[in-house]
Amino acid sequence: MKVDLTVNGSQHTVDVADNALLSDVLRETLGLTGTHVGCDTSQCGACTVHLDGRSVKACTVLAGQADGGDVTTIEGIANGDDLHPMQVAFRANHALQCGFCTPGMIMSAIDLVQTADSPLSAEEVREGLEGNFCRCTGYHNIVKAVLDAQANM
Amino acid sequence: MYTFNFRRASNLEEAQQLHQSSSDAVYVSGGMTLIPSLKLRLASPDDVVDLSRIDGLSAISSADGVLSVGAMARHCDVAATTDIPALAALANRIGDAQVRNRGTIGGSLANNDPAADYPAAVLGLGATIHTNRRTIAGDDFFVDLFETALDDGEIIMRVDFPTPKRAAYAKFANQASKYAVVGVMVAETDSGVRVGVTGAGACAFRLTSFEDALSTNMSASALAGIDVDSSDFNSDLHASAAYRGSLVTVMAKQAVEQLTA
Repeated sequence: MKVDLTVNGSQHTVDVADNALLSDVLRETLGLTGTHVGCDTSQCGACTVHLDGRSVKACTVLAGQADGGDVTTIEGIANGDDLHPMQVAFRANHALQCGFCTPGMIMSAIDLVQTADSPLSAEEVREGLEGNFCRCTGYHNIVKAVLDAQANM
Repeated sequence: MYTFNFRRASNLEEAQQLHQSSSDAVYVSGGMTLIPSLKLRLASPDDVVDLSRIDGLSAISSADGVLSVGAMARHCDVAATTDIPALAALANRIGDAQVRNRGTIGGSLANNDPAADYPAAVLGLGATIHTNRRTIAGDDFFVDLFETALDDGEIIMRVDFPTPKRAAYAKFANQASKYAVVGVMVAETDSGVRVGVTGAGACAFRLTSFEDALSTNMSASALAGIDVDSSDFNSDLHASAAYRGSLVTVMAKQAVEQLTA
């Protein structure tokens, strides 16, 4: 099956199996291993990317469903050496421990901040990141980082 | 991942043809239930027919006191539609953000998970379901566990929600999945008070004893002492049938309190 995707601004036509997941295409076909697959059961959110501007769990999108779509992964948010404000805030606030959940957390957090009508409270950040697990349980600094980043986005 | 053929339909006719020509086909909309089910081999179709390329199925519009929600409208889109605040609030509490960005109302209703939120809205608000073949009253749509009035291959086009005078949805969510252990929509509509309950039974249902009580007195106290028969309710590791029975009353009271606040 041929699938056309724009990933981080580059166009790709990939030939993949009918049952391929978007996460398979990103990691295995395109080598973008920043998108992590944690649970593969659409619970943990480590595989979160943006599809047509909104956060989705790439392990729960069929490649064929994403055909023609515009995908942004963790590799696509920095501008050269200039990190995205959310990445800067995660670093400044020590919002990662083992780092496995971080790409998904950052992609979810960016969508959360971008779609918010008004500045988010800590509680709203916690609710908004409900679809992302940090098994180091480092949530406190993640919330701090998102609150910090929203001022700079 | 389970092996299947992915078939992309560009219009309704093609979708039906692809479905009919397969010995075992399933439609996919957002895939928020289907894809995990395929991974777990809970579903094992030969062909998966994708409906996402069919034009005109995702529009949301409002006219003459009716909110029409296209079957492919995503939960996030319904959550952002303020015509019926109780419906928007319900959509905004489905699953998590990523699920709301992919999952669709048509997919949810066709799947008819006993713990899904939308069935409570369809029953509570007195919605009508329009398919590519006919119109089905919401009251006739939910048949049993994961079973609806849809025929094999039939496709939901849109759901029409009459705007209620006032309505509210309260749910006791499973902490992990955010599915409704019990969810109750209470609405005062042009055709009277309606109470739709999800999560408690094999599929969503109306609770006429509550509707009758609230018709004469729209207050939480009107529900005191009304017995909820939980003998056929779901019982699992999350909640016993009796506990769900108790939650029906508690959630209905919360919904009434929200609605009258």
